Amino acid sequence: MASRADRLDALNASLRARILVLDGAMGTMIQRRKLDEAGYRGARFATYGREIKGNNDVLNLTQPDIVREIHGEYLAAGADLIETNTFSSTRIAQADYGMEELAYELNREGARLAREAAEAASAKTPHKVRFVAGALGPTNRTASISPDVNDPGFRATSFDELKAAFGEQARGLLDGGADLLLVETIIDTLNAKAALFAIDELFEERGERVPVMISGTITDQSGRLLSGQTAEAFWNSLRHAHPLTIGFNCALGADLLRPYVAEISRVADTYVCAYPNAGLPNAFGEYDEHPHTTADHLGSWAKDGLVNIVGGCCGTTPDHIAAIAKAVEGVAPRKPPEVAPAMRLSGLEPFQLAS
Amino acid sequence: MNRASEDGAAVQTATFINIGERTNVTGSAKFKKLILGGDFDAALDVARQQVESGAQIIDINMDEAMLDSEAAMVKFLNLIAAEPDISRVPIMIDSSKWSVIEAGLKCVQGKPIVNSISLKEGEDAFIAQARKVRRYGAAVVVMAFDEKGQADTEDRKVEICTKSYKILTEKVGFPAEDIIFDPNIFAVATGIDEHNNYAMDFINATRRIKQTLPHCHISGGVSNVSFSFRGNEPVREAIHSVFLYHAIKAGMDMGIVNAGQLAVYEDIPAELKERCEDVILNRRADATDRLLEIAEKYKSGGGVQRVADLTWRNADVNKRLAHAMVNGITDYIDDDTEEARSIAEKSGGRPLDVIEGPLMDGMNVVGDLFGAGKMFLPQVVKSARVMKKAVAYLIPFIEAEKAKRAAAGMAAERQTNGKILLATVKGDVHDIGKNIVGVVLQCNNYEVVDLGVMVSSAKILQTAREVNADIIGLSGLITPSLDEMAYVAREMEREGFTVPLLIGGATTSKVHTAVKIAPGYKNAVVYVPDASRAVGVAGSLMSEQLRGNFTAEVKVDYEKMREAHARQQLSKKRQTIAAARANKVKITWDGYKPEKPRTLGLTIFDDYDLAELTRTVDWTPFFQTWELAGRYPNILEDATVGKAARSLYNDAQAMLQRLVGEKWLTARAVIGFWPANAVGDDIEIYTDDSRKKVLTTLHTLRQQMVREGAGNERANAALADYIAPKETGIADYIGAFAVTSGIGTEEKVREFEKDQDDYNSILFKALADRLAESFAERMHQRVRKEFWGYDPGEALTNEQLIAEQYRGIRPAPGYPACPDHTEKALLWRLLNAEKTAGVTLTESFAMWPAAAVSGFYFAHPQSAYFGLGKIERDQVEDYAKRKGMDLRSMERWLAPNLNYDPGP
Repeated sequence: MASRADRLDALNASLRARILVLDGAMGTMIQRRKLDEAGYRGARFATYGREIKGNNDVLNLTQPDIVREIHGEYLAAGADLIETNTFSSTRIAQADYGMEELAYELNREGARLAREAAEAASAKTPHKVRFVAGALGPTNRTASISPDVNDPGFRATSFDELKAAFGEQARGLLDGGADLLLVETIIDTLNAKAALFAIDELFEERGERVPVMISGTITDQSGRLLSGQTAEAFWNSLRHAHPLTIGFNCALGADLLRPYVAEISRVADTYVCAYPNAGLPNAFGEYDEHPHTTADHLGSWAKDGLVNIVGGCCGTTPDHIAAIAKAVEGVAPRKPPEVAPAMRLSGLEPFQLAS
Repeated sequence: MNRASEDGAAVQTATFINIGERTNVTGSAKFKKLILGGDFDAALDVARQQVESGAQIIDINMDEAMLDSEAAMVKFLNLIAAEPDISRVPIMIDSSKWSVIEAGLKCVQGKPIVNSISLKEGEDAFIAQARKVRRYGAAVVVMAFDEKGQADTEDRKVEICTKSYKILTEKVGFPAEDIIFDPNIFAVATGIDEHNNYAMDFINATRRIKQTLPHCHISGGVSNVSFSFRGNEPVREAIHSVFLYHAIKAGMDMGIVNAGQLAVYEDIPAELKERCEDVILNRRADATDRLLEIAEKYKSGGGVQRVADLTWRNADVNKRLAHAMVNGITDYIDDDTEEARSIAEKSGGRPLDVIEGPLMDGMNVVGDLFGAGKMFLPQVVKSARVMKKAVAYLIPFIEAEKAKRAAAGMAAERQTNGKILLATVKGDVHDIGKNIVGVVLQCNNYEVVDLGVMVSSAKILQTAREVNADIIGLSGLITPSLDEMAYVAREMEREGFTVPLLIGGATTSKVHTAVKIAPGYKNAVVYVPDASRAVGVAGSLMSEQLRGNFTAEVKVDYEKMREAHARQQLSKKRQTIAAARANKVKITWDGYKPEKPRTLGLTIFDDYDLAELTRTVDWTPFFQTWELAGRYPNILEDATVGKAARSLYNDAQAMLQRLVGEKWLTARAVIGFWPANAVGDDIEIYTDDSRKKVLTTLHTLRQQMVREGAGNERANAALADYIAPKETGIADYIGAFAVTSGIGTEEKVREFEKDQDDYNSILFKALADRLAESFAERMHQRVRKEFWGYDPGEALTNEQLIAEQYRGIRPAPGYPACPDHTEKALLWRLLNAEKTAGVTLTESFAMWPAAAVSGFYFAHPQSAYFGLGKIERDQVEDYAKRKGMDLRSMERWLAPNLNYDPGP
């Protein structure tokens, strides 16, 4: 479809009609290609002064064909939405490679590649519109946690620094053609609040709003984000952004993630999106959960009315996505509950004052 | 499954909230003194006590002329973020300066309340601030204040609040439920007549605002009202209580008032209560005088002091230290540490023994709780701080001892516990976990040299040498980091290092450390599962007394793991399918005479008695569903999960009664028996006893593990082995079944979900599953005794049944003996199960309703369950051919069982 507005209309209609499928892991697919340092550098950074192997996002510039190809594999597997390869494309995260100044370009190109792949897939199956979600990762710094024990009041980053970095990232993603934005793998809610603040400012500046998806990460079975919030407290902290979806991804496999998805599904009066890892890594750090296992879990989430969008995170592959797409096909999407007005606050835990 | 919403994360819902003002420099002289004096630790204690004594929201105010209010607000909020027992509640960011509020909003991950904004500086400023509050995601207190001043009369209060409400909801798009009006509480009984109606103005305005402006809230600073009686706490408390009693009835739902400054309305002496009400309700002209008359009489009464629960203080010193660490309480740590130290001293021990004994034990408790998901990281970090405080107390004693040892000519000891070098290895940028380890180690008096992320092996080793590190710790999150760590270990060996190497990070594991890393370095290599364990491990490695034993134990442990792993690798070896077939289950068919089932063909059960099924339920898996580990019935008395298990079991029993009594579900089943013989690894099923016409052919898979070695007589089993081969000429039989107790599940689940009753919905589904399993068990029993009737005299208890001490098996496609789900299609055709039992198969061969069980019946006395294990390509190719499927899709269905990589 020609314009973003048309596609977003199609997205809203699809969400009312069925459960949509998000793609799987980009990192896992890149790792399979076993690129060496030269592969990461490509021609453009052949003489770059620092090692950049492992900087997956730079491939948007140096190996665009690979990135497009992976998007294509996920689209062929049945993904309705694909995530741009921009998880670490903030100025803050790129500082590890000395590539801060490339942040905007990485995002713009990441969105462009995904857009091209989506268009190519849509051309093949015109009845099925594909969407590009511009991905904003958590960065590698936290606004709520001090890295220095002797100074618990210290912060390695600030709300303003995060806001600026996320704003730059979101601008690149929109300029490159992302249909919507996905603030994901949130380990510290304050980082996410900075991202959402920046996005809201950007929308105002551009005079155009696109849907925003929000996805937190429950780091372990304590059921909390790394920064300590519970699922419902997390929702209360971010509801003001009126996200298109709320949910969780990464860290856990579908079996362990389910209770937290169920919890947020119960309280959130918006769509729910969840994309777990392919189980927990085995003793050798590999994800070996079989596609059918992941799909069985997500299929049962779907049948139990917990989700509107499902996909995969670390360790998932196009096979997983194909199995997931099959498992949720024809299952009615979750209907967001109507929630009575009440003042819902949060610290690490939720608090509610009835109206 | 999730019970989080039932207990753990039960949402706090309130109808009236007290907001403490002890962390308010304008409301608390003590707090102001602490902040001005820079004593933030004590200031944090004030906040903590407030939360411990029940504050649901804490108000933080730093408006003091002598203070850089912005900096103080930021610092205090950042400190609170590191205190999970404070930051669990929402925060009210309180300032009359917008810049202070905005600085505060940038520090809070939760959803806070801003206190306050108003029309004081005009509509434009008000709108701009409200928009920002919204963007930061906060609720807001709006003062009844405009350019003309603070609203005093009832009408002015209502007018300003109404105007603010309209602007907020219509122009800013602010959610009404996030607006809190503060219509100003002013002092009464001041002696000035105009003030006499102030309380009533507030109460009446509150009532009108709540009636006309939907969903908003009303708050106020309660202590203002009694300002004229300062110095007379009992009377002030009575006034507050009386005021709130009436204001809450009018709709006030929030108030800034110290819980400790509040008398219980019912307990106020009648005379005092009456005169307070006269003042508050402005009931008589001489109300103020009459209250003054008796005020002096009540002055000495005093308020009620809240007492924290200190029963844990009665335990012995080691338990107290553990409690303090688990709960992050530093209040008594010096005393307790001293007690532990003097006990150690009396028995000839050293101050260091306290650290290595009770303190380390306490830290290990923290580690266990953390590992079990019962504590989360910020708490662990806090525990580490308690430990630090205890260690700090001991340092002078350790120094003194050291001086004595030096004087006695003994070797000096180090100042810190040791120097630890930490790095995230090359190629990896993840460092949050490593940073936490660093924090926890620093807490425990280790000097930490953190090299950051993406650190090359050369840099790690060079720095370790330069700083003379005692221990090197490597971290990483992504898979390639594992190889890099192994490389660093080999490099350490090559360069002749001797210091211990610690391995940690999300993808690392004990097995990997033992198998891939430890063999590369002959000195200590230790896997550290999480941050809380780092201290114990480092402590053991640095202690002269413990080091030897500890390293030896780790080495033995890892050696065992390596052996086990090697065995596992060996066991991965497979033999050819031809060899495996030659080693089939040895059954002497000669002279075996199979019993003929009483009825051949299908038998259908349309509506099976549910009550009968409740008697054979196996409860142990029911508790597993809820992640409660333990065997039924012992689990009900279990020390840790017993309480939860009992409550769950009672709920389940109650629901089971209704489920059966009100017939929420219908149980249906179909069973069938046919003449059958084995042909190779397949089983031919015949239409009738003439055995001329094949009805269908079942396909079975054969184990291919290597069974070499003396005494290893075990067969390579396939299910076909349990049916007499065609060439024996023996007339054998096979059975099949599908049972469900799930007919009607959907309707009932929908009912629960309509009421948002997740708990009962999940409970119900879990019970339906249990009943289906019980049905399968019961039906198998009846098959053995009646329908096939090969064991009519069987008499087993429920426990023996659960332990499967009977003759014959009922394996199901998709389970270990026959993991191929696609065979279910044949089973369904045989049984016509969709029609006969009302159970359908999804595309992926899952049964619907889900509370269903199906499978085959084998009757031979030697038939036993087994796991297929991994199989080789030769069998898969043959199997695909037998089934008429293409190899690729066959491989996809059998993927978990493939002993080879089928390729892309």
